[in-house]
Amino acid sequence: MEKWSLMTITVLLALTVRWTVSLGSYSGAGKPPMYGDYEAQRHWQEVTYNLPIRQWYFNTSDNNLLYWGLDYPPLTAYHSFVCAYIAKLINPDWIALHTSRGYESQPHKLFMRTTVFVADLLVYIPAVIVYCFSLKETSTKKKVSSALCILLYPGLILIDHGHFQYNSVSLGLALWGVLYLSYDWDLLGSAAFCLALNYKQMELYHSLPFFCYLLGKCFKKGLKGKGLVLLTKIAGTVVVSFAVCWLPFCTDMEQIMQVLRRLFPIDRGLFEDKVANIWCSLSVLIKIKNIVSPQTQLKLSFAVTFLSLLPTCIKLTVQPSLRGFKFALVSCALSFFLFSFQVHEKSILLVSIPVCLIINEIPFMATWFLLVSTFSMLPLLLKDGLLLAYAVTTLAFLSVCAASFSIFEKTSAEDLQLKPFSLSLKGYVSWFKSFPKIVRCLFLLSVTLMGVLSLMSAAVHPPQRLPDLFPLSVSVISCLHFLLFLVYFNVVILWDSKNSRSQRKIS
Amino acid sequence: TPPHKHLGITSEWTLDYPPFFAWFECALSHVAKYFDPKMLVIENLNYTSRATILFQRFSVIFTDILFVYAVRECCRCVNGKRAAKDVLEKPTFILAVLLLWNFGLLIVDHIHFQYNGFLFGLMLLSVARLCQKRYLEGALLFAVLLHFKHIYIYVAPAYGIYLLRSYCFTANNADGSLKWRSFSVLHVTLLGLIVCLVSALSLGPFIVLGQLPQVISRLFPFKRGLCHAYWAPNFWALYNAMDKALTIFGLKCNFLDPTKIPKASMTGGLVQEFQHTVLPCVTPLATLICTFISILPSVFCLWFKPQGPRGFLQCLVLCALSSFMFGWHVHEKAILLAILPLSLLSVQRAKDAGIYLLLTTIGHFSLFPLLFTPPELPIKILLMLLFTVYSFSSLNSLFR
Repeated sequence: MEKWSLMTITVLLALTVRWTVSLGSYSGAGKPPMYGDYEAQRHWQEVTYNLPIRQWYFNTSDNNLLYWGLDYPPLTAYHSFVCAYIAKLINPDWIALHTSRGYESQPHKLFMRTTVFVADLLVYIPAVIVYCFSLKETSTKKKVSSALCILLYPGLILIDHGHFQYNSVSLGLALWGVLYLSYDWDLLGSAAFCLALNYKQMELYHSLPFFCYLLGKCFKKGLKGKGLVLLTKIAGTVVVSFAVCWLPFCTDMEQIMQVLRRLFPIDRGLFEDKVANIWCSLSVLIKIKNIVSPQTQLKLSFAVTFLSLLPTCIKLTVQPSLRGFKFALVSCALSFFLFSFQVHEKSILLVSIPVCLIINEIPFMATWFLLVSTFSMLPLLLKDGLLLAYAVTTLAFLSVCAASFSIFEKTSAEDLQLKPFSLSLKGYVSWFKSFPKIVRCLFLLSVTLMGVLSLMSAAVHPPQRLPDLFPLSVSVISCLHFLLFLVYFNVVILWDSKNSRSQRKIS
Repeated sequence: TPPHKHLGITSEWTLDYPPFFAWFECALSHVAKYFDPKMLVIENLNYTSRATILFQRFSVIFTDILFVYAVRECCRCVNGKRAAKDVLEKPTFILAVLLLWNFGLLIVDHIHFQYNGFLFGLMLLSVARLCQKRYLEGALLFAVLLHFKHIYIYVAPAYGIYLLRSYCFTANNADGSLKWRSFSVLHVTLLGLIVCLVSALSLGPFIVLGQLPQVISRLFPFKRGLCHAYWAPNFWALYNAMDKALTIFGLKCNFLDPTKIPKASMTGGLVQEFQHTVLPCVTPLATLICTFISILPSVFCLWFKPQGPRGFLQCLVLCALSSFMFGWHVHEKAILLAILPLSLLSVQRAKDAGIYLLLTTIGHFSLFPLLFTPPELPIKILLMLLFTVYSFSSLNSLFR
């Protein structure tokens, strides 16, 4: 069948799954007084439409920052404004100042779900399609399979169309940035990534790989000639993009400072709730929050984060390659997720999307990671009443990946891109003979464990003395998985060299 | 309790399917009490709870296993002329997708809510058995199916004539015409025995209790009117529309007396009897005669020039379509009776594929009014597009 019909079918399938999940419950449904993320988005539409720009980020009598104050950069605010404009045309009650708090109705839910759907359709899905078509050295069938697997990734669907957020916009823009960079259109790529950054500040997780890759490219071109020109052009593009987004706020230094204070709530503490993070997992054994002061916590987390991603970044700057760039996106974002400050469980999406980009290179490990990342968000999904959607989409994703990439046959060291690493460990060659089987067993064990824990979280009541047993177990197990993945990705990057790639081409 | 089911007139949703379906629902109710006992109380009309919905949906999904098995059997009967390397281009794969992802079946069964999946499974299984020359099994399955849902009587002529011609007369002359001498009394007796046994099993308890007339009147409610609440897109819909148009024209030109015409008699969305104002009234007998005349050509072909299973399938589709066009009180879902068997033919010949694409696209579109709430709008559009794009591109690539 022709590739366009196959891709159309893939997109239609993805859209159907998204809309079906939309029919389910959302965050904070029917839970006054604070409700959830859904109400937050509705409130931002109310604030941005009714109040002047100067008041959006400030605590005024009309804008109570304690009730879901804006804490994303300006582009989110502009997007909310556009949505509010449309909402006003349909039913002004939805965004009436003060009186529309906690507004819940079927037509309004339909409207909100449509805004997410349209944003997804306009930004994220085209990026995925163009990305898959631009993959080199892959057959049409593999390209379409990659697109299908990426678009069916349960995590993004459940968070965006279930819990209710607009992650697909920022992730889509970042994906466009990666796409442009792969075509060597560096300025467009930088601009796209700046837009992504100005939509959600969490994209900072991806900023280091972008920076190091572009810097490395400039170095390669020679800092005395073309390299310097490129560097200044990129710097100029970044400044202009930021200026355009922040224009209304540039009138006053206090405005900029207030926005920054809302974006980076430093006084909030090392972690909140249960996250598959090192700090949260360690707190089971040692109560870090009690031992160390907040300032030291901040410095500690920054130090550990940067130490863990330093090797990858140095390698990327010295040897900028597109493959290294994509892997670096994964490992840097994962380092940030594991060791950084005030991490939310939804931030795992910032790691998952780069992993989706390399799904056709390491299908087995990518599928495994994506399954764990969805599982790590289980407590959040259970709170939102999305158990059925979670179960169905995860099973569908696993089946589609298993069928498209035949992952269970491709578990050798070479398939996992570990050949160069195994060659270095000459002493352990005999152990590597049964490597595929060991890996397969570990995978099955992991999936069974996740399945059992999911079932227990949903069906069984936790014992009285340990009410948080299941969310904590989910977080700790996910964290352990993520640590192993971090080591794996770092190994692949650091042992990857130009020789190994040319060897693959010859064979 | 079983025998009294047909007498209950407690609500507008009383049982109007044959006895086997009633037993099926009875079996379901025994499982249902583990999910939510309150849904089994007779007075609880329009009772919904999360557990009820979950149970109902899962029961449809579970019974669809039979449909999946039937599709597998049908795929085994299909032999593609070209051996395709790519699994996506194999006729068996395309047939499986066209049947399992059939938009009409998905919409009607899993959203609108019915149990057509497993009933069509029975029908496709009987067709597969007939294609595999296991005639008795096919006949048995069809007899059972008739007693599950009597709408399948639309295609009974095709079955009857085919079994008579190809099974009871065991051989043909050299030129393909009928060899009267080869009539096998054994085969006829076996067939008769099967039909009688199944009927006895299903209707037996009601005959003993003397409730047979009541059962018949529930199964064939001729008081319900020529057209269903939402008109099925058949000939009588055109007839009604013509009648309405003539009425309006007549009123405008003062040929008719306004006081004698009832208001919104047929388009009111209610199930009731009514009269046509300008054109002659249509009686159930008239519809029967029309249907009979329209199936005559295909039945004759099946009798005089049998072409094996393919001829049978063609006759089956035509019987279903004719009954749909001229039947009394036809539901729009009945179009699936024609679409699903035609899928089997569509992967074997290019001409059939062309007809199939036309019928299936229009037929599926005609099912749109079944889902009318705003949240379901994107779903039906997306699923329809999905199926249409797939059917067009896959059949196109098959017969390029």
